[in-house]
Amino acid sequence: MDDLTLQRRSPLADLADRMRDGAVTGSRHVRLAELPFWTMISVRVDPGSPAAAAVEGVLGADLPRWCGQVTAHGLDHVLWLGPDEWLIVSEVAPSDLHGALTDAVGEAHAAVVDVSANRTLLELSGPGARSVLEKGCPVDLHPRAFEVGRAVSTTLARVPLLLCQTGPDTYCLLPRSSFAQYVACWLLDAMQELGSDFQDGSAS
Amino acid sequence: MLLLNCPWCGPRDETEYHYGGQAHVPYPEEPSTLTDEEWAEYLFFRDNPCGPFAERWVHSAGCRRWFNVVRDTRTYQVLAVYTHSDPRPAVGFGAQAGGPR
Ligand SMILES: [Zn+2]
Repeated sequence: MDDLTLQRRSPLADLADRMRDGAVTGSRHVRLAELPFWTMISVRVDPGSPAAAAVEGVLGADLPRWCGQVTAHGLDHVLWLGPDEWLIVSEVAPSDLHGALTDAVGEAHAAVVDVSANRTLLELSGPGARSVLEKGCPVDLHPRAFEVGRAVSTTLARVPLLLCQTGPDTYCLLPRSSFAQYVACWLLDAMQELGSDFQDGSAS
Repeated sequence: MLLLNCPWCGPRDETEYHYGGQAHVPYPEEPSTLTDEEWAEYLFFRDNPCGPFAERWVHSAGCRRWFNVVRDTRTYQVLAVYTHSDPRPAVGFGAQAGGPR
């Protein structure tokens, strides 16, 4: 059988050129890119149960226990979605990771679902990135309240998505595939003005 | 805009939540024995106090969990936030004529 991954098409394939051309230069430069085809596995399990410990054994990382916390080991990142719900974002092949996790939890009361096609990943990077997000995100992204290594479920431009800070000026956004085009176009529009030399002096 | 303190996620804008109406409305023990009037009472009739009101909210854009809020309907002041496993806090109710409902 042919390798079906060769026929994959990312939700934002049609916008790749626009995202490349939309990069903003200057002192507040910022660029947007899609990093598609991550493996994503949704896990729901009682955090105190043996099944949760089995999942942690497979991952080699603890399941995060509080909102915003991300744990990581090897190729896997584990994001907190709720008190008994997590999203694993990984570079391991979906069938391998899903198989290992379902074997580990066995017949326990738990759900392990391959949701890799559910979302795509956008990376917004550059000194202007936070200013762009602050136009449409209700979460306080100022360094006094948010930092590298945090991930939250929130909204951007009124649509739900996951937002992670992966570097001092780098954010990853994970919208649903069906919202991805809207989010990317909204970001490209919001980025435009940062190309101007005008500084309003209130930037913090 | 309300700033609601999700028990799991902390303070988030009202736009991340959805409203779920009055809290502490128990499902009838024996629904099949209810008269039409009693069933209608359960389904459609809710308190509408001028003052503290215990109501349900869901953090739909965040952790997707339901929880309860006591909110003063006159001032929109949030008096308490608590989970389903917590008892209803006495905050606000005792000061009202008639006390807790
Ligand atoms: Zn929440």
